[in-house]
Amino acid sequence: MKHANKNIVIIGGGPCGMEAAYRLKNEGMNVILVEKGPSLGGHLACWDRLFPESIKADDLLDILKNNISDVNCFLNTEIIKMNLRNDAYDIELSNGITVLARAVLFATGFDIFPAEKKEEYGYGIYNKVITNKDLEQYFKTGKDERIPANPKNIGFIHCVGSRDEKIGNRQCSKVCCATAVKQACEIKERFPDANVYSFYMDLRMFGRHYEDLYYKAQHECGVRFIRGRVSEISENKEGKLIVKAEDTLMGKPIKITMDLVVLMAGMKNSEAGIKTAGQLAVLRDDDGFFNSEDSFYNLEKSAYRGIFFAGTCLGPKTIPETINEARSAVLSIKEYVESFAND
Amino acid sequence: MIDFGYTLNPSSRINLDNFDRNKFEKLSKSEPDVLLCIGCGSCTASCTAGKYTDTSLRKAILSILDCNEKAAVDFAASCLLCGKCTLVCPRSINTRNLLLSITKIYGKKQ
Repeated sequence: MKHANKNIVIIGGGPCGMEAAYRLKNEGMNVILVEKGPSLGGHLACWDRLFPESIKADDLLDILKNNISDVNCFLNTEIIKMNLRNDAYDIELSNGITVLARAVLFATGFDIFPAEKKEEYGYGIYNKVITNKDLEQYFKTGKDERIPANPKNIGFIHCVGSRDEKIGNRQCSKVCCATAVKQACEIKERFPDANVYSFYMDLRMFGRHYEDLYYKAQHECGVRFIRGRVSEISENKEGKLIVKAEDTLMGKPIKITMDLVVLMAGMKNSEAGIKTAGQLAVLRDDDGFFNSEDSFYNLEKSAYRGIFFAGTCLGPKTIPETINEARSAVLSIKEYVESFAND
Repeated sequence: MIDFGYTLNPSSRINLDNFDRNKFEKLSKSEPDVLLCIGCGSCTASCTAGKYTDTSLRKAILSILDCNEKAAVDFAASCLLCGKCTLVCPRSINTRNLLLSITKIYGKKQ
């Protein structure tokens, strides 16, 4: 019998890749985790707290990291080449190492929509316009020169780079509604005298306890939810922001002066992941995310033998969903690897 | 001045900078339920008076938030206080109390 190849390459060191690495290691696989950035954690490492219970993002990150302390992790490393050879993938890494992997897991995650592309909102132009990610950084570090000491009016703008065909993202990014409501509560806690506004189209409180978060935002934090997409933001001579929208429930245009505006930038498939997958001509859907073999029963499988997907490279999702998908992909990878055992 | 027959319409745009927060806090203190409306419209759909008049709790609440206090009072004025909206409200808002408080705080007689 040939020596069984149990090498598994996981691409992406975010929550998905980390969880998959841990579980695959426990199944006796030889895991190689490849991360393009200088550290593990992906977007989770940039976040302060997670909805709906506001647990510390770092607490989850620590668990995920501790689990894989003995896994081979290559940081600052990219995939240079990937070729199928005899039911295994010949993978060349940018650090000079070559791996013959039985299976490859794409845990390549997502990119946050570059909010400056929605130029009418003035991100990168006006100083008081920030994104959801910027705000998390501020919550984490307490530092952001763009955030004034005593903001009177703070606005959250939903669906920036989501549900917007004009900028090429038709899909709903799914997690921004809950993130906006969470952040609205948190900023109200930080600035109790501020009026907090949320401009939404639909509030998609799909998960367990999310509706409670919305209730809290209304009842305890007094967040004013205005149904209507903001059409444009401009700056007045005092450097404050003029936000224009329609209150579509009343059918009237509205205008308000803001001291801070937070754009809820959505999710798109990771450019780095797309580039790597491009070597295998992995198929993508209209929304840019990868295509599974089928979207009900074989979500974690690609159209190619030995190539698996998990997490947000398959579409926007929450961290618990991502972790579950990582585990489900591990099960499929294990079955796949074991199918060679009798050869 | 010669009248050329042209008129200027006042802007119908709502300026939320004019929102009277103190007054609203008075309302939300006595009726915290006002914060809970999700704008579903079941109150208006079930309203006995609403079929014949412009009665709408949903619009009354929104009018306050959109700085149109007079409209808010008008939307509440023709309420019969039958209480059907209390039965249908998914957020269990004490609708009759709220309507009365709106009239009390935002009506002319204070």
